[in-house]
Amino acid sequence: MHLAVLSGFIVSLAAPSLHRFTRNLTGWILSLLPVSLFIYFATFIPVVAGGESLTFSYPWIPSLGISLSFTLDGLSLLFALLICGIGALVTIYASGYLAGHPLLGRFYAFLVLFMASMLGTVLASNVLLLFVFWELTSISSYLLIGFEHEREEARRAALQALLVTSAGGLAMLAGFVLLGQSGGTMDLSVLGAHADVLRAHQLYLPALLLILAGAFTKSAQFPFHFWLPGAMEAPTPVSAYLHSATMVKAGIYLLARLSPILGGTDAWFYLIAGAGLVTLLFSAFLALISTNLKRILAYTTISSLGVMTMLIGIGTPGAIQAMVVFLLAHALYKGALFMIAGAIYHETGTQEVDELGGLRAKMPLLTAITLLAGLSLASFGPLLSFIGKEQLLEALLEMADYRIPLTAAVVVFSTVSVAMAMILFVRPFFGALKPTPKQPHEPALSLWLGPAVLALSGLVLGIFPSGVAHGLVSPAVSGILGTPQAVSLKLWHGFTPALGLSLLSVLLGVVLFLTQRVWFGRMVRTADRFAWLPEKGYSAGLNGLLNFASRLTSRLQTGRLHDYLQIVAAAAVVLVTFTLIIKGERIQIAGLPEFTFFEAALTVVILAAAFVVTATDSRLFAVAALGVVGAGVSLIFIIFGAPDLAMTQFLIETVTVILLVLILYHLPNFARLTRRGARIRDSIVAISAGVLMTVLVLIAHTVNFYPPISDYYLDNSVVLGHGRNIVNVILVDFRGLDTMGEITVLSLAALGVFALLKLRKPDEERRP
Amino acid sequence: MRSPILRTAARYLLPLMLLFSVFLLLRGHNEPGGGFIAGLVAAAPFALYALAYGVPAARSALHVELHTLIGSGLLIAVLTGMASWLSGKPFLSGLWPGEDLPFIGDLGLGSPVIFDIGVFLVVMGVSLMVIFSLAEE
Repeated sequence: MHLAVLSGFIVSLAAPSLHRFTRNLTGWILSLLPVSLFIYFATFIPVVAGGESLTFSYPWIPSLGISLSFTLDGLSLLFALLICGIGALVTIYASGYLAGHPLLGRFYAFLVLFMASMLGTVLASNVLLLFVFWELTSISSYLLIGFEHEREEARRAALQALLVTSAGGLAMLAGFVLLGQSGGTMDLSVLGAHADVLRAHQLYLPALLLILAGAFTKSAQFPFHFWLPGAMEAPTPVSAYLHSATMVKAGIYLLARLSPILGGTDAWFYLIAGAGLVTLLFSAFLALISTNLKRILAYTTISSLGVMTMLIGIGTPGAIQAMVVFLLAHALYKGALFMIAGAIYHETGTQEVDELGGLRAKMPLLTAITLLAGLSLASFGPLLSFIGKEQLLEALLEMADYRIPLTAAVVVFSTVSVAMAMILFVRPFFGALKPTPKQPHEPALSLWLGPAVLALSGLVLGIFPSGVAHGLVSPAVSGILGTPQAVSLKLWHGFTPALGLSLLSVLLGVVLFLTQRVWFGRMVRTADRFAWLPEKGYSAGLNGLLNFASRLTSRLQTGRLHDYLQIVAAAAVVLVTFTLIIKGERIQIAGLPEFTFFEAALTVVILAAAFVVTATDSRLFAVAALGVVGAGVSLIFIIFGAPDLAMTQFLIETVTVILLVLILYHLPNFARLTRRGARIRDSIVAISAGVLMTVLVLIAHTVNFYPPISDYYLDNSVVLGHGRNIVNVILVDFRGLDTMGEITVLSLAALGVFALLKLRKPDEERRP
Repeated sequence: MRSPILRTAARYLLPLMLLFSVFLLLRGHNEPGGGFIAGLVAAAPFALYALAYGVPAARSALHVELHTLIGSGLLIAVLTGMASWLSGKPFLSGLWPGEDLPFIGDLGLGSPVIFDIGVFLVVMGVSLMVIFSLAEE
């Protein structure tokens, strides 16, 4: 199982070099991976259908209790099969769609990377692991949307999708942490056993809201829906795979996965069903006013995601059943329709509905496939989507509350789907042949194979639904609900209210299609008033953030060392003083410890030298006086028995003096550069920093909240560290990792100095 | 700077200070010293050399490129840390292979000492890189 998930990452690395050898065959060869994974997962169907869920675990970070564990239950299996099956078809499709593209090898790498990440997401049995794979899907989606990185729109859309989904992902991580804190574990199955405790916990609502932010951004729910139409900048194989069939359903997956853990509350119902309802209506409306094939498909996808979200929010067994069937059917026909849109674009050079027409004679095969997929979109019998819609309507009609508004919304959704299906089928293929940028002809095998397989499986599964009901749907429904469920799917339910509503929506859909001329212009004008507000909010937010950042940066990063030091010192003083005042009652300062004459004399010398530094007119004198301060401090270290510190301090002083001498050479003469006011401000900051440090040292001297760790080091330095010099044993052994970090930082700092001094632009070099 | 005193001192101090730095490095585990201090001590004579003869002369006296010095130091530190994996211990656990040698007893040679050599190289390289870069301005 681990190999199955991780193989994609390995293949992804190898894909570009493979492409260099196999050129046109790469897509077909690479599709062997998803095909074999599909078969591998398919072999689990009998076991999982028997009600078992399999867990494969491998300890990863045992000290943090994180293991690399994957669980395969009905829900995961359904998703895994969709990911691998559609993945195979899309890989083949891409080889035709992007044939000859110079960066095709890289494209395959991203695509396979996505597939592996998505598999990891749906199989992870630990929420942190799920989060890691979830973010990987966002990143691979970013790379794929921005694949044509020379176009600005593609780059912008990629960034938009990444920012929206990863902002949601971060919120989700916070939600997972809260969930883990209230449940005491990050493991999904263990969390499920504590569902009652979690739902009553005071962190329930914050955790739920944060997790929903992740799920809603990923699944493009209102008001985060706008990144998905933008993501249509990606090459069509990507739109078909990520932005319709699989990745956008990750949010649905997460909600389904968490519904036995967090579901069943009022908050769950209102938040999720409400978001789904608004999304489905809003994007159905936007679909109506779109004229681009891919945009129409994008908005109907969002609308369908809204339906699925709403059904999970409702959460009754009937609703969950309908959701699973609908999800499966949608992945099949929407994937097919996207690939068809891509094939049309590939052969004609346009995907604007108004510029297409009469393609029926030129590409009869694609017309037939479109008919089948279009009927699926319109949920006609005897297709799988018809069964899904019947179940959907029945589940809604069974509801006690809100039956009428929710049912009405779904009727609106089906009406729009019917109208869109007719637009997608009739407008490009019928009527007079219109001139297009390319001469249209039947697409190649690689371009029609994918949509044909997907559309046909919708038909086959619709005619013979019992196998899929037993093998996939029932286990998935059981996985979501957490209790075993037996689902039976039938094409013919008799003359039920649901059938009546279906017929009604078909009728309305046809009317909507025929009257398009009448309402189209008016709707576009209405939409302009409010429909693009979420996008505008996003741009305004992003611009505001960038403006704020650049203003803050120009304020803080003045390029003057003096300002940096002042800001750092002032901030430290303010923050520490604030904390001291807040927690002040716990801290007392005992009287000054006794000190010898020698110590007192040393202190006087240090203070005098420090005063000279501030008062002198000569830079060289100031450097020398600073050296006296440093040497005095080293002597103090020696008095208190820390020869290592004293040596280090002394050497640092020496090197600093050399550095300062080197720098002094370049500096202008020491003059009174600052005004009186600035000097007073400087001295206030400096003195308060000094006072604060003194107070802190006195406090540290008096207060011991915990037994000092130095005893441990004293006891174990020789035993465990084989050394009598405790300071050194701490540096290289006990706290070796810190030292490793420090030397890394030192190296980077040296590289930074080197780069600043040596790699300047030629025009800056002439400056003194 | 053309001072003959400085030039002569720089030339004679160089091997002495280097020797002293190695002494500090190796005794560091039991007596005052260690990689950090030794690195600074090793950097000082080269800085002095650069003041007396110029940076190019100091660089050629060093024989190694500074970034090689820093990089190999980091590499030694990381590799020492990873060596702990070979014996199934977490990253950077101290390994003391010479603990129970027959007749000799505890040799006192362990992975922390080698780690300290890495620290030594990094500190020496970093301070020299900063000093040389500034001096060449």
